[in-house]
Amino acid sequence: MGAPGLPHYLIVGVVLFALGTYTVITRTNAVGILMGVELILNAANVNFVAFQRFNPSPLLTGQVFALFVIVLAAAEAAVALAIVLAIYMNMKSIDVSHASSLKD
Amino acid sequence: MDVLFHVKDLVLLAAEGGEAASHAAGVPQKIVEVGYLWLIPFFPLLGFAINAAFGHLIQRRFGKKYVSYIAVGAMALAFLVAVAAWIQMIGLPASERYLVNFLWNLFTAGDVQANLSFALDPLSMMMVLIITFVGSLIHIYSIGYMADDPAYWRFFCYLNLFVFSMLLLVMGDNLVLMFFGWEGVGLCSYLLIGFWYEDIEKAKAAVKAFVTNRVGDFGFVLGMFLLFWALGGSWVQKKNVVAKHERVWSQVDPNYKPVAQTGTFYERDPALSPQSSHRGIRIGPSLTFREIRDQLSSEETGMKERLLGMNFFGIPLLILAGILLFVGATAKSAQIPLYVWLPDAMAGPTPVSALIHAATMVTAGVYMVARLNFLFALSPAVMTVIAMTGAITAMFAASIGFVQNDIKKVLAYSTVSQLGFMFIGVGVGAFWAGAYHLLTHAFFKACLFLGSGSVILGCHHEQDMRKMGGLKRFMPLTEKTYLYACIAISGFPIANAFFSKDEILWRAFDSGHNLLDPSLGKLIWFIGWLTACGTSFYMWRSYYMTFTGEYRGAAGHRPSHGALATHSVGAAHAGTFNHDVLMSATVFDDDPHPDSGGVDAHAKGTAKHPDHPDHKAEGGHGHGGVPHESPGTMTYVLVTLAAGCAATIVLGFWAPLGNLLGIDALKVPLLEHWLEPTMAPTLELVEKRSAQSGHAWEWALIFASVGVAFLGWFIARSFYKDARSHAPAKLAAMFPRLHRVVYNKYYVDEFYQATVLRAVSLLSRAFATFDAKVIDGAVNAVAVVARFICNISGAADTYLVDGAVNLVAEGVIQTGHRLRRIQTGRIQTYLYAAVAGVLVLIGIHYLIR
Repeated sequence: MGAPGLPHYLIVGVVLFALGTYTVITRTNAVGILMGVELILNAANVNFVAFQRFNPSPLLTGQVFALFVIVLAAAEAAVALAIVLAIYMNMKSIDVSHASSLKD
Repeated sequence: MDVLFHVKDLVLLAAEGGEAASHAAGVPQKIVEVGYLWLIPFFPLLGFAINAAFGHLIQRRFGKKYVSYIAVGAMALAFLVAVAAWIQMIGLPASERYLVNFLWNLFTAGDVQANLSFALDPLSMMMVLIITFVGSLIHIYSIGYMADDPAYWRFFCYLNLFVFSMLLLVMGDNLVLMFFGWEGVGLCSYLLIGFWYEDIEKAKAAVKAFVTNRVGDFGFVLGMFLLFWALGGSWVQKKNVVAKHERVWSQVDPNYKPVAQTGTFYERDPALSPQSSHRGIRIGPSLTFREIRDQLSSEETGMKERLLGMNFFGIPLLILAGILLFVGATAKSAQIPLYVWLPDAMAGPTPVSALIHAATMVTAGVYMVARLNFLFALSPAVMTVIAMTGAITAMFAASIGFVQNDIKKVLAYSTVSQLGFMFIGVGVGAFWAGAYHLLTHAFFKACLFLGSGSVILGCHHEQDMRKMGGLKRFMPLTEKTYLYACIAISGFPIANAFFSKDEILWRAFDSGHNLLDPSLGKLIWFIGWLTACGTSFYMWRSYYMTFTGEYRGAAGHRPSHGALATHSVGAAHAGTFNHDVLMSATVFDDDPHPDSGGVDAHAKGTAKHPDHPDHKAEGGHGHGGVPHESPGTMTYVLVTLAAGCAATIVLGFWAPLGNLLGIDALKVPLLEHWLEPTMAPTLELVEKRSAQSGHAWEWALIFASVGVAFLGWFIARSFYKDARSHAPAKLAAMFPRLHRVVYNKYYVDEFYQATVLRAVSLLSRAFATFDAKVIDGAVNAVAVVARFICNISGAADTYLVDGAVNLVAEGVIQTGHRLRRIQTGRIQTYLYAAVAGVLVLIGIHYLIR
């Protein structure tokens, strides 16, 4: 067993992505879905950083992308939580299956 | 031999080309091109256009006077231009008296070339002078005659249009233009006969004239086509002759152009003599009189032999074409069998009867025969038909004239009869004599007709001579001119018609082989001689019935007021007749339209004032009262025409007397000399065929003619003078059946009604039935079938096409309903699908790789 290689990181990324996707699909709680989305974004981050580590470039592109993703995730979470709050204010619930008034 | 040919040809050429071209027929015709001839027909056309467009405005705004100024002014200008052309023509040598004014090409279709081109040769010059001079006089006369008519402007408008058409007819230098004029005068005749179209009888007369003329036009057109066809391409047969001449001419004349290039037999450079260009003979089919004449008169073209030898379905072509053209002439010039329209045409206003149905239009047929003399003279058979038709018509019409009581009807039959004389003239080869009679007739017959118009107006639109009488006292000028015209027509040697009629009779007697058999000439002379006696009789009858004895009109007008009638006549006797008397006479006459229906069966038609349905009692010539003389514009025209009757004696002054007196200028009548260039192609031929009976016979015939004129006069005088004799009534009673037949015009109208018209109406009814049953049936059957097919098509549309469309729509709707379930709106569902999709893609990826 030597030091972990690129496939190990990628497997971690896949597991994270799968968990995130599963969370997004199964949860009806809006906050739970947001958490799933975070998992997916972080799975991507793991991949970015891993590729940068094993396929180095002097510009550190992977790391920079990861930083951007983190910032974006923060912004996304802020906006999404605001929407969730607004939904809660209206419906007294954060179950997305109830928020179907735009349908039909 | 070849050299000999050359010499002969050169001589021929020199003779033709030389200035002293005394070639018998003057071939080819030399022409003088002028630029003003179009003005002659243009002025009447302009007058017509102005009065047609603005006539009613002018009449309403400024009065009738200005309408007549325009019309009469147009005529006067045309006459002046005609005189100018005449003066120019007199100045030319006889062989060059052919003025041509080419305007433009109307159309060219293959070999047919129709130009708007006017030509004046001595014959058409004579016609143009007659038309414009007599026409002007009659226009002036109409000012007075039509003064009360509300449609004054329309009358003058038609009259000008007529003169334009007539000028086109005589001045056109080709058959096409002549035909335009021919139809134009027919149209104007129709319009003017039916001028008072509110009266159904007059409208019927107009239609009758029009339809009868169409029959003749059909013959005319066929003759024209046949002639054109016959002229086609003959020079091809004579190619060798042409080639021979060409060889010689090209050596002689540096400017010579070959036939193939110019289509002309011989053409000299027109620049050599621009004034009188000696053009060549144009070869091939042609409609231009001059070209046909040149082709027929020149031996080299071989056209004459070709036409003489040509047959059309076994009939000699010249006979067929000549007779077809003559059929056109019989309709226009009222000869048997198509004369029936002319007596009815008297329904038109009297100036129209004078201008169109006596002086000008009806002579168009005679003019046409004289114009095509070179064609007609070639065939003695056609000449015989023409002369015999003329003779029989003359006799027939004169006999009807014996018993007519309507003054205009007498004159109408007299016109038919005189036209018969003209056709005798042109038929026996005396073309100039026919033309001369045409000229004299224009004067004396216009004078008679206008005189009768004056009488009719004076007698308050009474046309029945039995209700006239004694008019000598009331209308002295009219009486004197009528008297002189009577002297003229009955053939006393102190007026023009004696000279023309006598020349015709003499030439008929002397015609010899111009007709099929020399004895026919004698027969025609005899018929003509008897007719001359009849002419004298019926004209003097009309004179005595109208102008002598007591006035019978007032009594007939109002039988219950006998005292009134004698009173007014008495007043006139004393010479104190004036408007006051007239007015006092009309005061008693409380009914302005007395019903005289029971008085006389014949008066039925005329009692309602047919000549003037909308004539109102006003001014100088109201209804009732005694006759009165017509206004000056009318009487002075009569005087002028009577003077013309005397003056035109000079033109045809009797050759034997000229010889006897030893005056050179009179040895050949002036008009004969004048018309020589036109008649040149036939002069020699006619002369050669004549019997040459000698001067002794001529003198004898002259005395015979004068004798019968006196005889006719004497009988008429003893029968009708002062209405004292009972002989006419006795004669009528003695032969009641004969009288009835003649009085009813030999029942020719009834005969036509029973045969031709009945046949035509039966045929039209048969066609109508055919139309209703067969054609309409077929149309209806088609409609039924179409409707059936449409029903099928409609059903197919409803069920098949619409069904398919609805099916598609329904399918789409159902599919939509099914598919909308996919769209849940829940993001999880979509993600399920996305993940499933990815898994599938991955699966496929593994499987395919």
